[in-house]
Amino acid sequence: MKTSRWRSSGLMVLATLILIAVAAGCFGKKQATIGSSDAASKVYVAPGNYDEFYAFLSGGFSGQIAAYGLPSGRLLKVIPVFAQNPENGWGYSEETKLMLNSTSGFVPWDDSHHPELSMTEGVPDGRWIFINANNTPRIARIDLGVFRTAEIIELPNSGGSHGSPFTTQNTEYVVSATRFSVPIPQADVAINTYKQNFKGTLSFVKVDGKDDGKENKMSLAFQIMVPPFDWDLAHAGKGPSHGWYFFSCYNTEQAHTLLEVNASQNDKDFIMAVNWKKAEEYLAAGKAKDWTSEYYHNYWDNEKQTGVSELLNKVKMLDPKDCPGMLYLMPCPKSPHGADVDPSGEYIVGGGKLATVIPVFSFSKMIKAIDAKEFDGDREGIPVLKYESVLAGEVQNPGLGPLHTEFDGKGFAYTSHFVSSEVVKWKLGTWEVVDRMPAYYSIGHLMIPGGDSKQPWGKYLVAMNKITKDRYLPTGPELAQSAQLIDISGDKMRLLLDFPTVGEPHYAQGIPADLVRKREVKIFDINKNNHKYVTKSEKDARVVRTGKEVHVYMTSSRSHFGPDNIEGIKLGDVVYFHVTNLEQDWDIMHGFTIKGSESAELLLVPGETQTLKWQPKKIGIYPFYCTDFCSALHQEMQGYLRVSAANSNVPLLFSTGN
Amino acid sequence: MQRSSKLWIVGSTLLLLLLYVTPMWQIDLTAPQYPEGLGLFIWINKISGQNPGDLKTINLLNHYIGMKAITPSDIPELTYMPYIVGAIISLGLLVAWTGNKKLLYIWVTMFLMVLIAGLIDFYLWEYDYGHNLEPKAPIKVPGMTYQPPLIGVKQLLNMTTLSIPYTGGVAAGVAFLIGLAVAWREFRNQSKEQKT
Repeated sequence: MKTSRWRSSGLMVLATLILIAVAAGCFGKKQATIGSSDAASKVYVAPGNYDEFYAFLSGGFSGQIAAYGLPSGRLLKVIPVFAQNPENGWGYSEETKLMLNSTSGFVPWDDSHHPELSMTEGVPDGRWIFINANNTPRIARIDLGVFRTAEIIELPNSGGSHGSPFTTQNTEYVVSATRFSVPIPQADVAINTYKQNFKGTLSFVKVDGKDDGKENKMSLAFQIMVPPFDWDLAHAGKGPSHGWYFFSCYNTEQAHTLLEVNASQNDKDFIMAVNWKKAEEYLAAGKAKDWTSEYYHNYWDNEKQTGVSELLNKVKMLDPKDCPGMLYLMPCPKSPHGADVDPSGEYIVGGGKLATVIPVFSFSKMIKAIDAKEFDGDREGIPVLKYESVLAGEVQNPGLGPLHTEFDGKGFAYTSHFVSSEVVKWKLGTWEVVDRMPAYYSIGHLMIPGGDSKQPWGKYLVAMNKITKDRYLPTGPELAQSAQLIDISGDKMRLLLDFPTVGEPHYAQGIPADLVRKREVKIFDINKNNHKYVTKSEKDARVVRTGKEVHVYMTSSRSHFGPDNIEGIKLGDVVYFHVTNLEQDWDIMHGFTIKGSESAELLLVPGETQTLKWQPKKIGIYPFYCTDFCSALHQEMQGYLRVSAANSNVPLLFSTGN
Repeated sequence: MQRSSKLWIVGSTLLLLLLYVTPMWQIDLTAPQYPEGLGLFIWINKISGQNPGDLKTINLLNHYIGMKAITPSDIPELTYMPYIVGAIISLGLLVAWTGNKKLLYIWVTMFLMVLIAGLIDFYLWEYDYGHNLEPKAPIKVPGMTYQPPLIGVKQLLNMTTLSIPYTGGVAAGVAFLIGLAVAWREFRNQSKEQKT
């Protein structure tokens, strides 16, 4: 008896050890699916050569977008969007501060989630990229000629912009769905009156498609009041489904506390189909109510080289009750994240985080079901379509925690699975799983260049992972964020590369580099610089006092400032340095700062003017200098400013070279 | 004059018209930091950068060695050169119209003198820019001057400087050679006529 118990215990220990060994083998990080030298040659871009694709990865909680080259994974640029960026003065200079204005005041940070390229005929065109701010609801547009944020529009009547921006096939609209429902309009109510008092909205931002050098392109066309669920992600229809948007949602339980449990009770939540052409008709027919809701629209004036920040207050609000046929709910298991439309526009894939299948909806079946009124009741007046009536098929046993799907244009779909930490490749039409690739670790979104458009360039897939652990040399408890490059050109996926990223690589877009490079801007033409305080030539450099305000019209060129000696500044003055980089030479930047500045530096591209505001606090001599290594005599590019007592008689003087 | 000679002269003047629409000379500066190229075009009436901003950039770089800024408005030749070329063209057309051989020889001689004068003038300007340097220049290399070559390649500090005719200049040269060939033919014909 005793011996056999000991023996069975021993067997169990042995079995456990074997299991651990097997698990370690399976999940050990050293796994490589192809010979490492083969992988190295596939991602190697020789010095002086260029990557084939740009990949634009959002920074998540960094608030920015970063541009990488694929297949090398090299970081090319961090494009500041929603967060201040002292490295180039974004959100610090007087001109760029205006871009971060909101009805909550100046907001120095946000959480940027989903970049989305502008499209022509359903194909990314390389002009612009849009991205949402999750926390203070906004959508930004970045101009890819200059890799700068050109425009930011705030979204009123929104508790948080997550299902955003997602463009239509000709960039007619970008949208935003509220993740958090709140009272709309805002009100002081008890939180437990959620079901009675809270609401969600969908915002439709119209985009003026003209590539005319003007940067005020976005306008809030209308909003749709929707039930208080957590609206999560979206995609626009294309081809046959052009004219529709598909929004996923969870928390159809309408919980307001402990959502991890209380919003995970329903077996099915919804993907809502929105007929936006119908919405336009209702808008034209005057069905929208005029709401007064304040929001900021900030855009860059290219000629004046400054942000323009305007406070608007008119919103057209559509209530689904007044607009039959505009919204339909498709039941979707369970707490869906992605709502992803395949290149043909026929299939809509729901990524149910807690589902055991991946449901694929058919657009044509949906239209038939709507015509045949195959409804399963309604939610708050919005018809719920019968699941079976709209279902094209289900991918069985895909993995755990399916989140987001993109397509390779060759008949396959790739779905990220957070819980089982893998990319699952499956076939459209047969819904069978054909390949799996582990992700290190816990993949969120994935991206194939053009993979959510009509024309995927199905060569690479980027996995954006939420957990890094042991993938790189350690950097203390806070580790680099991580992305992985997977070759999807063959039948089997092959892991090529890990690369660390700036901020959380939340979601991304990719595009052949040539489509972006054709709009490349190298310098700003100084002759077209109409900044209010531009100094186009050193002989016009000057210092002008207006009461306590002092405006320094300063030039920078290799290797001096004009002026570089300034006297007559007094305590109590507010000094504005309007610095113009006179260079017209590619990549000859100049920077500017002055000792004790409480702001970031100015970083000026050739032909650009920016303004640093400075308030001296003590008398004395203050050095200022060029902060970007511009030339052999960069170190000599410096000057002095004299600050005198408030009641002193030192005259205003300025000079260079005397 | 033979009819074909007259036509050649007209052709020669047509070539000269190119000087009004394309540069006559180019100066290329090559350095590692300028993969996109950097250089000047010299026209009969202006000096321009090969890329927008090049003239400004070259002046900026040249100030380190104390070379004075190349300011087209300071070069009077750019004002009257279009008229000189115009005069050559007009006289050429007059030669073709009248068929006067004496006028032809005068025209070719004038043409040659203008070409030589132009090259000498160009050399003198280059000499002036290359030698007449600001004594307080930040970069002073003992014994170094910065005159670009008239035609050819020369290393000037980090810049490899190439100076060659551009389309307009080549056209002017060909136009002159046509004129010279026509004059030679007419002169030979004349000698033969005198012998017979």
